[in-house]
Amino acid sequence: MIFERRLLTRDRGAGILEKLWQIPWSFVLLLCGVAAIGYVALLSAGSGNADLYAQKHAIRFGFGLVVMLGLALVDIRLIARFAWVGYLGGIVLLVLVLMHGNVGKGAQRWIDIGPVQLQPSELMKIMLVVALAAWFHRASWERIGNPLFLIPAAIAVLLPMGLILKQPNLGTALITGMVGAAVFWAAGVRWWKFALIGAAGAVAAPIAYERLHDYQRARITTFLDPESDPLGAGYNIIQSKIALGSGGLWGKGFLQGTQGHLNFLPEKQTDFIFTMIAEEFGLVGAVTTLGMLMLVVAFCYLVAFRSKHQFGRLLAIGLGTNYFLYIFVNVAMVTGSIPVGGVPLPLISHGGSAMLTVMVGFGLLLSAYVHRDAEMGPMRE
Amino acid sequence: MSWRPWGGQGALGGQRGVRKEEERRRGIFTRRAAVLGAIQLGAFGFLGSRLYRLQIEEGARYATLAEENRVSARLFAPPRGRVLDRNGRVVAGNRLNWRALLVAEQTADVAATLQTFSSIVPLADHEKARIEREVRRNRRFVPVIIREFLSWEEMARIEVNAPDLPGVTVDMGTTRIYPETEHLAHVVGYVAAPAEADVGDDPLLQLPGIRVGRAGVERHHDRVLRGRAGAVQVEVNAVGRVIRELDRREGIPGQDVQISVDSELQKAIRGKIEEGTSAVLLDARNGEVLAMATKPSFDPNIFNAGVSAAQWRQWTASRSTPLINKATNGLYAPGSTFKMIVGLAALEAKVCRPGDIVSCPGHLDYGDTRFHCHLRSGHGGMNLRSAIMASCDVYFYEMARRVGMDRIAAMANRFGLGVDLEIELPGTRRGLVPTRGWRQAQGKPWSIGDTIVHGIGQGFYQITPLALAVMTARLATGRAVQPHLTRAIGGRPVRGSRPEDWPSLGIADADMRLIRESMWGVVNGGGTAGVARLPGQYGQMAGKTGTTQVRRVTREQRERGFNVSQVPREWRPHALFVCYAPHDNPLFALSVIVEHGSSGSGAAAPLARDIMVEAFQRLGPQRPGQRVAEAGR
Repeated sequence: MIFERRLLTRDRGAGILEKLWQIPWSFVLLLCGVAAIGYVALLSAGSGNADLYAQKHAIRFGFGLVVMLGLALVDIRLIARFAWVGYLGGIVLLVLVLMHGNVGKGAQRWIDIGPVQLQPSELMKIMLVVALAAWFHRASWERIGNPLFLIPAAIAVLLPMGLILKQPNLGTALITGMVGAAVFWAAGVRWWKFALIGAAGAVAAPIAYERLHDYQRARITTFLDPESDPLGAGYNIIQSKIALGSGGLWGKGFLQGTQGHLNFLPEKQTDFIFTMIAEEFGLVGAVTTLGMLMLVVAFCYLVAFRSKHQFGRLLAIGLGTNYFLYIFVNVAMVTGSIPVGGVPLPLISHGGSAMLTVMVGFGLLLSAYVHRDAEMGPMRE
Repeated sequence: MSWRPWGGQGALGGQRGVRKEEERRRGIFTRRAAVLGAIQLGAFGFLGSRLYRLQIEEGARYATLAEENRVSARLFAPPRGRVLDRNGRVVAGNRLNWRALLVAEQTADVAATLQTFSSIVPLADHEKARIEREVRRNRRFVPVIIREFLSWEEMARIEVNAPDLPGVTVDMGTTRIYPETEHLAHVVGYVAAPAEADVGDDPLLQLPGIRVGRAGVERHHDRVLRGRAGAVQVEVNAVGRVIRELDRREGIPGQDVQISVDSELQKAIRGKIEEGTSAVLLDARNGEVLAMATKPSFDPNIFNAGVSAAQWRQWTASRSTPLINKATNGLYAPGSTFKMIVGLAALEAKVCRPGDIVSCPGHLDYGDTRFHCHLRSGHGGMNLRSAIMASCDVYFYEMARRVGMDRIAAMANRFGLGVDLEIELPGTRRGLVPTRGWRQAQGKPWSIGDTIVHGIGQGFYQITPLALAVMTARLATGRAVQPHLTRAIGGRPVRGSRPEDWPSLGIADADMRLIRESMWGVVNGGGTAGVARLPGQYGQMAGKTGTTQVRRVTREQRERGFNVSQVPREWRPHALFVCYAPHDNPLFALSVIVEHGSSGSGAAAPLARDIMVEAFQRLGPQRPGQRVAEAGR
């Protein structure tokens, strides 16, 4: 450990081989395993035809892997220094998407950057975590108790939330808020402040509901009683539950899922990919998948606990919470536990933008792990 | 940066302070991260339990739901039974029919789907209106027909564009076809969409595009022809498209019905008649209808496809009423063809002996009314036989006066006049033979004068050509034969083809013989219809002419010498002729009514002779087939 630290502090550019050695390859293997589940599920979603989704998924994952490993080698101090640049970049993208974005399902969500479609809201969450981690990195106990110190950070959370809400994308806005709150919490902000915010939220909720779009309200009401409109908004939830339930313990077998293959399942290659897995591979397949995803989140905690510096800890906990929320919201959605919101399952759902952002996040996480013993020192200019 | 939120290195007094601060912060972080981790672990646990609940505890329920989702039971119409003529020729058959169907619940926007469909296969506005009406009327999962009788090319275009046409499917059904078009329309009838009132117990009738018999044999034997609905279990995808068939329960196909009509003979007869003429040819021995020809008629295929408003207006507005079967629904006074009934009634009532002579001076005076004979100069002394042969009116005025209306009516009923003949043609009119009681029920008196007029078949009578043919068959055989069309159902012959199936009328043989000889004399003994004599090889025909006024002949006309050729056609009398042949062994019984034909002997009798010759040529004993001659032996 001493050797490593010395090595790292002495020379950032050199020692790439040593850094590569530091990369936790078992975690990379875990990611490959999850991506492989995604490949199989997408193969099934394409009715056995790899050209449809699975092939692209593999290529994107391969590309993402390169990006991730590249980021893993970038010095964590460099990342911390440019944290706010990244944050501002995310805000600019969010503003751009509001002005020029492509409309999908009644909301402006992505912009075309060359051949890639980018959903800035996904990137924003990662940039927010990095920025907040940088903000709280050196904060002393006293400072954290000082509201004047907390207000700029709170604004840093609320600004992207507001922009995402304006798209409008209620689900992602709430997740962004929760990710930010997790960093606040881990940094040591007093719990009663959370209680205060929570109470304020409870008061604001009915007012916010009034301002929701019709489709957003429909989601909430449908969630409360999906059978009320079996062919309308509740259709997805009902069909998803039927698909899951009919999978049983061992599932119907690869390519044998009737719900998915007869198109009762909506968006089976993206939001409802987990349903597809659960229908064809049963509870065993679903729990295995969920377990592997849980290990990914657990690794974030590992990185947090192993990190010698607060920046790395907060970064890891923020990213871990972000992945956790992805997974939880997606699975809870397809099991009919929370209202439907278009949240993909990381590494498994089809979609280039999500894959890239997820892999960028893992790259930052790995960098935090590789540089867990780096001497972060106080931030200057 | 002037304001440094992270503080300086010396803020807490150097390196030691920083380390202490760092330790404290780390401690807080660890506790807090543990709480966060515990929450997230709990959330994963929740998801796991949720999955367990859905997949294991409620798994069976959802498996059933998935099965129901995937499996859809559909009824399908079995092929409708065909109608065959007596020679096995198909007169109502089935042919393939490609149809485009719309299931409303499978499309978000019916109008938009129709719009798209319209760009592929153009739909007229009234079609769209009909579809939207049917969509509103039916439950959302009931398929509604967008368009029938698609060409192969149209069908292919729809299939190719299937992704843009949610809820639209193409299926192959069958449709009714009537190869004989208008020639047999009034007998075979037609099929059309069921009336709303008809859609009751049979689930088959809820199928889109189902056709039921709405007239004629198609209607009478509808249940037999229709069969029982089959069911098929198909695997469907979310948009209702059939992926594969899982199970099939064949329905009971409709049974073929063979009718007694000879379609070739029918066509030949229709070729001989003009508009407004009806001819009914029966097998005299058993009442089978061999031909029932009327003009004008209609093409029953039009009903199957759906009748346009313009077509319907044309049919219903026409004075010649092509939709009405004049042979069963046209009501006429029987005129002199009724005289055999009056004679038989008088004979049976013993008010007349065959040799009794009635003198005809050309009229009969009763009270202060004078009843004219058609021959102004009078026939002189007439007995029953000569009165029938010459069609003397005065003789039958006198006989009617003697026997009374009620006994005449009773005799008419025994010969099938004014009673329900129970033929397999729904809507057939029963007609009317008046009685004193009938008239009195209307609050009007019945006078002897009324009886006298009714003695020559004029007055309140309403008789169909079919009933006249039945009367003739009964006169020829002495049996109460009922007219019928059905020979076999599903290949099994039905009762009624043998003469013994029909009971005797119970009229004295001597009386029947006298009437038959008189009718023989009408044609062969110098009577009114010598023109109808058959060529020798077919034997001899017995018959009776009739001419019925449709307008009263005024005294002025009578004095100027009434000449039918000088009055407008629709004022001219109807021409009637009834006959059977051969006289010594009757096979065929025939009635002919030529509307406004002026005279029975002039217009109806020659036509009847031609029809009879045609019947002998096609069905008579000399023909190779010998079909009628063999029947019932």
